[in-house]
Amino acid sequence: MAILTTEGLTYTYSAGTPFEKTAVDHVTLEIGQDQMIGVIGHTGSGKSTLMQHFNGLLQPTEGKVLLSGKDIWADKKMLREVRFRVGLVFQYPEYQLFEETVFQDIAFGPKNMGLSEEEIRRRVLWAADALGLERGLLGRSPFALSGGQKRRAAIAGVMAMQPEILILDEPCAGLDPCGRRLMLQQIGNYQRQSRSTVLLVSHSMEDVAEYTQKLLVMNKGRLFCYGDTSEVFRRAEALREIGLRIPQITSLMLALRQRGYDLPEDIYTVAQAKDALLRLLRREEQTC
Amino acid sequence: MLKDITLGQYFPADSVLHRMDPRYKIIATLLMIVMLFAGNSPWTLAVGGLFVLLAQLLSGIPFRMSWKSLRPILPVLFFTAILNLIFIDGGETLWQWGILKVTEGGIETSIFMFVRIVLLLCGTSLLTYTTSPILLTDAIESLLSPLKRVGFPVHEMAMMMSIALRFIPTLLEETDKILSAQKARGACVDSGKMADRVKALIPVLVPLFVSAFRRAEELATAMECRCYRGGEGRTRLRQLKAAPRDHIALAICLLFLGASLMLNLLKL
Repeated sequence: MAILTTEGLTYTYSAGTPFEKTAVDHVTLEIGQDQMIGVIGHTGSGKSTLMQHFNGLLQPTEGKVLLSGKDIWADKKMLREVRFRVGLVFQYPEYQLFEETVFQDIAFGPKNMGLSEEEIRRRVLWAADALGLERGLLGRSPFALSGGQKRRAAIAGVMAMQPEILILDEPCAGLDPCGRRLMLQQIGNYQRQSRSTVLLVSHSMEDVAEYTQKLLVMNKGRLFCYGDTSEVFRRAEALREIGLRIPQITSLMLALRQRGYDLPEDIYTVAQAKDALLRLLRREEQTC
Repeated sequence: MLKDITLGQYFPADSVLHRMDPRYKIIATLLMIVMLFAGNSPWTLAVGGLFVLLAQLLSGIPFRMSWKSLRPILPVLFFTAILNLIFIDGGETLWQWGILKVTEGGIETSIFMFVRIVLLLCGTSLLTYTTSPILLTDAIESLLSPLKRVGFPVHEMAMMMSIALRFIPTLLEETDKILSAQKARGACVDSGKMADRVKALIPVLVPLFVSAFRRAEELATAMECRCYRGGEGRTRLRQLKAAPRDHIALAICLLFLGASLMLNLLKL
């Protein structure tokens, strides 16, 4: 079942002036329930602009955005409701922290939803746990946290609203490799636990290969392709043509194949590669 | 939304006025202000008007640009014109209602003031239209440099001005971003009662201040890393140099000023 659908969604910046630019060009797609979807594309491909349409921050110049079959712009009073159902975390969200304590900052969204004290508390603690924020940090000022902790607090603030769709714009930008992996694992766990849909905007092919089931590829404002991750990566040539690459491990495996090693084509993660290589080595041992 | 606000309204073009030394432009503008305020008869105002019109034509700035800078102030202008019309006494009374009366003198003054302020706004906005903010601060620094002798930190002030100008667009963009982020968390900034709205600004203002301080600190560090230590002994890449045409322009300004003062003296 699709939760969110767009129909011919088009957005033009500064329409009617010489600076006119179409950032999103007739995009029609469906986003289903309980999935982890990767969103990739070059800088300026319209990813972020598209994401801001999903929760009604931007109004399409043309076309529609439907949430559970209803046009989100049909009734402007409903927009706030839409934003609670579709959570959006911007890039570098740590710059939006403002409350006195981390707890209060995470509670800002749920409080706006008009939930009871008790429910707010439950959700804040749940979101903090999901991202591995220690309880001891919740009483501190958000400005006293480290960069990574700030990022987690800001993401928890949107997670605590328990949206049906959570959009994360480059949640790992600027994190060290360790923090990066941990963050992605936590996001993955959150997705499985809440059975919601997570859209992960990323520049890293390795990350989306490992953590997402579906991929949405944008190119020059148009939807380039949208499908299962493995299927999208099978189109390595097409991706390269629009300036994107396939995961490094896939490139390596393809190169080995060209040298005559019998390896499968569809390897996208290091774990898969390890298994395939071990199998190959064992087979060669036996033939010797 | 916020990006639509035009601040620092420099209009790039290649005209005589654009090429003029910014220091002379500032002086010319000051002379023009004197000209417009000293004049107290229609004739002197006409001289001022001619001056502004000439400058406008030389600047290559389309009239609709001047109109754009004039439009937001029009309500205030009309309001003062009406006040003048009603409350200035003098000459024959043409219409009366209670304590309100319209006299010949009132009509004259209100039209006179209206035209004077319109000319003033058009003339001064020509300065900002034809001079980039950086050149403008350079010129101010240069013009104020005599004050250095009495210990006034002229260079520091000019540096502060140019930094402030430089960061206006950056901060506007940042505001837009924070506003969107908080809206995504359900903050309503554009509805509700006045008190609620003010309260709703906190989630936007706090991050904005934090980031402004962070940027200031980063900039200070970056400047220090490049050995910035104030104006002392500092040389410039672009030196302001007056050309003969700047002197001619100044002479023309003085001529106009003289003409309007003469008309004043002759009580025309």
